Amino acid sequence: MSYEIIGISVLWFFLYGYLIVASVDFGAGFFAYYARMTKKDHLINQLISRYLSPVWEVTNVFFVFFFVGLVGFFPDMAYYFGQSLLIPGSIAIVLIAIRGSFYAFENYGSKDNSLYMFLYGATGLLIPASLSTALTISEGGFIEETENDVQLLYGELFSNPYSWSVVFLAIVSVLYISAMFLTYYAHRAGDRPALEIVRKYALFWSSPTIIASLTTFIALSQQNPEHFQRAMDLWWVFGISVGFFITALFLVYTGKFYGWAFIAVMLQFFVAFFGYGASHLPYLLYPYVTISNAVTNESMAVALVIVFIAGLLLLIPSLILLMRMFLFDADYVKGEK
Amino acid sequence: MFGFETVEVSRALTAMTLLFHAIFATLGVGVPVLVSIAEFIGIKRKDPHYTLLARRWTRGYTITVAVGVVTGTAIGLQLSLIWPSFMRLAGNVIALPLFMETFAFFFEAIFLGIYLYTWDRFKKPIYHWLLSIPVVIGGTMSAFFITTVNSFMNTPQGFELEEGRFTSVDPLAAMFNPATPTKVFHVISSSYLTAAAVLAGIAAFIILIKKGSLYHKKALKLTMTATFIFAMLTALAGDLSAKFLAEHQPEKLAAGEWHFESEEGADLVVFGTLNENNEVENAIRIPNALSFLAHGDFNAEVEGLEETPENERPPLWIHYMFDLMVSIGFYTLGISLLFLVLWKWKKGNPFHPILLWGVAATGPLTMLAIEFGWIYAEVGRQPWILRGFMTVAEGSTTSPYIGWMFALFAAVYLVLAVGCLLTLRKIFKGKPAELELEHRFPNTAAASREGQS
Ligand code: HDD
Ligand code: HEM
Ligand code: HEM
Repeated sequence: MSYEIIGISVLWFFLYGYLIVASVDFGAGFFAYYARMTKKDHLINQLISRYLSPVWEVTNVFFVFFFVGLVGFFPDMAYYFGQSLLIPGSIAIVLIAIRGSFYAFENYGSKDNSLYMFLYGATGLLIPASLSTALTISEGGFIEETENDVQLLYGELFSNPYSWSVVFLAIVSVLYISAMFLTYYAHRAGDRPALEIVRKYALFWSSPTIIASLTTFIALSQQNPEHFQRAMDLWWVFGISVGFFITALFLVYTGKFYGWAFIAVMLQFFVAFFGYGASHLPYLLYPYVTISNAVTNESMAVALVIVFIAGLLLLIPSLILLMRMFLFDADYVKGEK
Repeated sequence: MFGFETVEVSRALTAMTLLFHAIFATLGVGVPVLVSIAEFIGIKRKDPHYTLLARRWTRGYTITVAVGVVTGTAIGLQLSLIWPSFMRLAGNVIALPLFMETFAFFFEAIFLGIYLYTWDRFKKPIYHWLLSIPVVIGGTMSAFFITTVNSFMNTPQGFELEEGRFTSVDPLAAMFNPATPTKVFHVISSSYLTAAAVLAGIAAFIILIKKGSLYHKKALKLTMTATFIFAMLTALAGDLSAKFLAEHQPEKLAAGEWHFESEEGADLVVFGTLNENNEVENAIRIPNALSFLAHGDFNAEVEGLEETPENERPPLWIHYMFDLMVSIGFYTLGISLLFLVLWKWKKGNPFHPILLWGVAATGPLTMLAIEFGWIYAEVGRQPWILRGFMTVAEGSTTSPYIGWMFALFAAVYLVLAVGCLLTLRKIFKGKPAELELEHRFPNTAAASREGQS
C-alpha cells in the first residue's frame, strides 16, 4: 500500500473515532438542555455528567489528532483549508472553547445557570454543523483559487442544497448516536427512569437519520456527479450500513441487548463513513487536491507512520484502562464510586 | 482592515493566542510535577497534609487545564488558518513533532481523567500516585515536542530548498536542530519554576491574609524548596540559551543586549534608554559580562548587530523583555534562597510578613517572565517566520477578515479568563483547607491544631 493510502486511512479512522465519541458528547449536551426544559433533568443529567466529565478532553484530542495529522500527511491541505476556512474554522474554535470551558466551569456549582446550559446544548449542535462545512467544501464548487490566494464562496455555500443537507445529516446523526449510547449507558447503570427517556430519544431520532442520509446522497449527485458515481459503485457498502441500522433499531425496539444495539450503530456509521471516504478518493479537495499530489515527502511519511504505530501501542492500553474505569466499571456507572 | 496590514493583524492574533495559551500551558506542564511530589511525600511520611495539598492543587488544576486545552486547540487550528503558506512549506519538514505532540496530549488527557476521578478508588494510595507519572510525562513531552517546532523556526535544518520546495527531508535532523537542547531545557525548567512559584505565592498570600495553619507552612516550605531548585536550573538553562544565541542567532542576542559593534570584552547593558543616534544612555554597564554570557569567557569577542543586514534586524525594544526576564529570574532565585536560609537557620523567621509579600509576588512575576521570555524569543526572530527561508509576510493568510477574527478571539479569551478566575474563586472560597482536613482526616486536624498553639 502506498503511504498516502495508509495516511488517509489512519486519519479517516481517527475522524471516525471522533465522530462517535464526539457525537455522544454533543448529543448529550442537547438532551441535557432539552431534559431541563421539560423538567426531566433530574432523571438523566446525573447519568450524563458521570460519563462525560472524565472523558471530554480525550474526545477533544481525537479532533486535534485529526487535523494535525491531516496537515502533516498532506501539507497542501493546510494551504487550501487554511486560506478558505478562516471564518468557519474560527467559529468552530470559539464554539469548542465555550463547550470545553463548560465542563470545567459547570462542574463547580454553576449547574443552575440556565445560560450556560443553553450554550452547552446549543454548541452541541452548532459544532458539528460548523465542522461539517469542511466536508462540504471538499466536494468542490465552493472555493475559488486565484493567482495568490484561495477564497470561500459564501453565497454559494449558504444557498446550496448539498451544504444544508450535510448540516442536517450531521445534526441528526449526532442526536441519534448519542441517544443510542445513553440508552446503553442507562441500562448498564440500571437506571430505569432514565432508560425510558433516552430510549424514546433513540427511537425518535432514527428515522430523520436515515432520511437525511438519503437526501444527502441525492444532493451529492447534483453537487459532484463523479463522486456520486463512485459511491454508487460501492452501493453494497451502503447496503450493509442500512442493514446495521435496521438491526440496531430492532434491538432497541425489543428492549434487549442495548450493548449490541450500540455496537450495531457504531458499525452502521463505520461502514457508511468508510464507504463515503473511499468513494471520495482520490480527491481530498475536489478538484484541487488529490492524495497523491498533496502527500508529503517519503521520509516524513515513513516517520509519521512509524510514530503512529508506536503511538497506538501506547494509546490502546491507556484507552482500555480509561474505559474500564468509567464505562465498564459497574459500580462507577451506577454512581456508587 | 482597521488601517492595519493583514500580516500585522495576523501577528497580533497569533501573539495574543500564544501569550494567553502560555499562561495555562506553563501551569499545565509544571503543576503536575508539584502535585506528584506532594502526593508522594504525603504517602511516604504518612502525612495527610501533603495528600490534601495534592488534592487541592489538582482541583484548581482541572480548571486551568481545561482552558489550556481549548486555547491549545485554538492555536493548533490557527497555525493553519493564519499561516497557511508557512504550514504548507514547513509542514513537510516539521510535521513529525507536531504529530507526536498529539500522542502526548492523548496520554496526558487519558491519565488525567483517571487521576482526577480515582482518589479514593485504590486500596493502596501508591497506585493512585503512579497515575500521576504519565500525567507528568505527558505534559513535559508536549512541551518538548512543541518547543522543537519552535526551535526549528529559529534554526531550520534537515532539508534542502529547491525551487520553493523542500527536498531531501530528514525529519529527525529538523527536530533536533541546534536550538532544540537549550530551548527545551529552558522552557521546561521555567515551566516547573513558574508552577512552583505560583503555588508558593498562593501559600504565602494565605498565610499573610488568613494567618494560615501548619498546612500552609508545609506547603510554603515545599514550594519554596522547589522554586529554589528550579530557579537555579532555569538560570543555568538561560545562560546556555544565551551561548546558543551567540553562536547560531547572533542578531537576536545583539538586539536584545543593545550590542551594536563587534568587540572583545563586551559589557552587558542593563536597562537604559536609546537616544536618537542609537546610543545607549542611563544604563547600568557590567564590564565584560556580555562576553561571559555569550561565550563563557570575559574577553571573548561578541558579534554586534552591525554585521546583520539592516532589513534583517529585529526590533530593539526586545532589550527590555530580556532584562525584565533576567531580573525576575534573579529575584526569584534570591528570595527563595533567603527563605531557605531563614528556615534552616535556627534564629531565622522565614514567615516574616515582608518576606512573605516578596514570595507572594513571585507567582505573578514568574508568569510575566514567561511572557517576556517568549516575546523576546519570538519578536527577536523578526522579520523571519522561518529564519533565513521565509519571512513573516510571506507566510501569512491573505484573508481580509482577519481583523474580525482578532476581535472575536479577544472577546473569547476575555470570557475564558473571567470564567476561569470566577470558578477558581468559587472552588476555594469558603472552603478553607483546615475545614477539609477536619472532614477528611480528623486525627491530623486535631494534632495540627495542638501543634500550632
Ligand atoms: C520563569 C521564566 C523565566 C526566567 C526566570 C528566565 N527565563 Fe529566559 N526564557 C523563558 C523563561 C524564563 C522562556 C519563556 O521559557 C523562553 C522564551 C523562549 C524560550 O526558549 O524560553 C526564554 C528565552 C530566553 C532566551 C532566548 C532563547 C532563544 O530565543 O533561543 C535567553 C537567551 C534566555 N531566556 C536567557 C535567560 C537568562 C540568562 C535568565 C536568567 C536567570 C532567564 N532567561 C530567566
Ligand atoms: C507559548 C509560548 C509562545 C509564546 C508566548 C509566543 C509568542 C509569540 C509572539 C509574541 C509572537 C509575535 C511576534 C511578532 O509579531 O513580532 C509570535 C509569533 C509566532 N510564533 Fe510564537 N510564541 C510561543 C511559542 C511558539 C511556538 C512553540 C511556535 C511554533 C510551533 C510558535 C509559532 C509562532 C508563529 C508561527 C508566529 C507568527 C510569525 C511571527 O510573527 O514570527 N510560537 N509568538
Ligand atoms: C504554536 C504552539 C502551540 C501549539 C500548536 C499548541 C497546541 C496545543 C493543543 C492543540 C492543545 C490541546 C490539547 C488537547 O486537546 O488536549 C494544547 C494544550 C497544551 N499545550 Fe500547547 N500548543 C502550543 C504551544 C505550547 C507551548 C509553548 C507549550 C509549553 C511550554 C504548550 C504546552 C501545552 C500543554 C502542556 C497542553 C495541555 C494542557 C493539558 O491538557 O494539560 N503548548 N496545546
